[in-house]
Amino acid sequence: MERRSRSFYALAAFFALFVVFLYGPILTIGILSFQGPQGGLTFPMNGVSLHWFRDLFQEQAVGDIWGSFRRSFALGLMVMVTTVVVSVLGGLAFRKRFEGATVLFYLAIASLVIPSILVSLGVGLIFNQLGLPVHWSSSGFGGQLTWTLPFGLLIMFAVFNRFDKSYEEAAYDQGATSWQAFAYVVLPIIAPSLLGVALFGFTLSYDEFARTLLIAGSYNTLPLEIFGMTTNVTTPVIFALGTLTTVFSFCIIGIFFLAAWLMSRRKDKGSDAGKGMV
Amino acid sequence: MNKRITAWLQAAPIAAVLLAFLVAPIIMIVIVSFWGATEYSIYPAFIFDNYEFLFSSPVTYTVFFNTFKYAAITWALTLVIGFTVAYFLAFEVRTLKWQIALFLLCTIPFWTSNIIRMISWIPFLGRNGLANSTLISWGVIDEPLEWLLFSDFSVILAFVHLYTLFMVVPIFNSMMRIDRSLIEAARDGGASGLQTLRHVIIPLCKPGIMIGTIFVTTLVMGDFITVRFMSGSQRANVGRLISNDISLLQYPSASATAVVLLITVLIVIGLLLRLVDIRKEL
Repeated sequence: MERRSRSFYALAAFFALFVVFLYGPILTIGILSFQGPQGGLTFPMNGVSLHWFRDLFQEQAVGDIWGSFRRSFALGLMVMVTTVVVSVLGGLAFRKRFEGATVLFYLAIASLVIPSILVSLGVGLIFNQLGLPVHWSSSGFGGQLTWTLPFGLLIMFAVFNRFDKSYEEAAYDQGATSWQAFAYVVLPIIAPSLLGVALFGFTLSYDEFARTLLIAGSYNTLPLEIFGMTTNVTTPVIFALGTLTTVFSFCIIGIFFLAAWLMSRRKDKGSDAGKGMV
Repeated sequence: MNKRITAWLQAAPIAAVLLAFLVAPIIMIVIVSFWGATEYSIYPAFIFDNYEFLFSSPVTYTVFFNTFKYAAITWALTLVIGFTVAYFLAFEVRTLKWQIALFLLCTIPFWTSNIIRMISWIPFLGRNGLANSTLISWGVIDEPLEWLLFSDFSVILAFVHLYTLFMVVPIFNSMMRIDRSLIEAARDGGASGLQTLRHVIIPLCKPGIMIGTIFVTTLVMGDFITVRFMSGSQRANVGRLISNDISLLQYPSASATAVVLLITVLIVIGLLLRLVDIRKEL
């Protein structure tokens, strides 16, 4: 093997620093969340305990975080399913020519780059003028979709740009209807990528803040609850909460990666179709 | 079924969501920006007071200047860091397996909470935080630095921390599409490493750089939380101007500012989009 150049080591060191920069702070609060009961928001550690995690389970110390966690989780699932279904449909539509395709594409891009507060403000104003109450599962749900759907659609573009059409054409040649070609040929091929869309849908919703802020109604989602805590909680309990929800996010990401890995392994092994015939 | 009708039906859900939660809200904001407001309510009207007030207030110009300042500095930093990281992944890491693993390592934080990631800087930057105590113990400084937290410094640090990924991903994507034989050809032609970088790699990465630029500048320009949280409410950008008006229930005034912000952002994107075709790059 060719010897590594000096620039490799310099760049590798830079990369390592970047990773420390990315993960260092979150590790710090991970450690600080085990502060002793007298400990503060920064080092030194004043003993080691699970005190602040225990506090999380006491309503009076932290407010309704478990309720907000349940809402965020439910909303995440709603957004995830919707994002996957709507993005796949959108992706399929963009494979054909249709009037308005360009406008719709730019609309999706606009949705991604528009300042989030405009979505919050605008949706809030509409609900207000229509006399509808804002609620996390209606206005909040819609607001979050403006953030997750464009990501889903862009992933679908990337997927279909790399999609080998001959599989589909083979299906048509064998007399498959367009539904059969989709369900038995296209969908199984793109399925691993759909996991990616689902991961974006869930995690972006679960952590979404700016587009939900004014339109979640009186029941907060978890990020809103946490943001509220930053102004009035001055104990490591907020670190404990941060650690817990980050660990939760890592678990979700891990599950998706595992599923993607299992799927790709199954694909490598090949299908057992036709084996029964031999 | 007719192909075109199928396409329309398939595009209908995403179109409906975007119409209801993106287009309609923007139209609503534009309308309300001409309305009037009392202390506790808003009423339909067609007046230019909100815009007049906005453009006559010196605060507006300071705040817009600040917004551009944050965007420019963050852009420069994320570009340099993001480009270097992407370069390392694309050209120095040799196996695809490691490329994917290290790339994912960079992207995982994107799927975690931005607010937690901001909060996690506090033990680092505070008066008695890690940075200060380390610097003091090394003898670099005698007293804690005050400008580490709740300053422009911490705001930009958080922006870079949150958004560098948006540079890494598209630039990495562009780099992975560069035909390696081009680089070899440059080397064979006698180009030094830096010359190859300047005349081959950077021009071919332009689309990725542009997409990253669009993401970072629009995210920073539209931000209102990072600035509020990381500056301890001591700095302002346009987003905060809007959110302050909202908290005072001054929706028409907030809407007028939002319209101006939107137009500014669209102009910036329009300028950038002239330089690159996004759809080709996916």
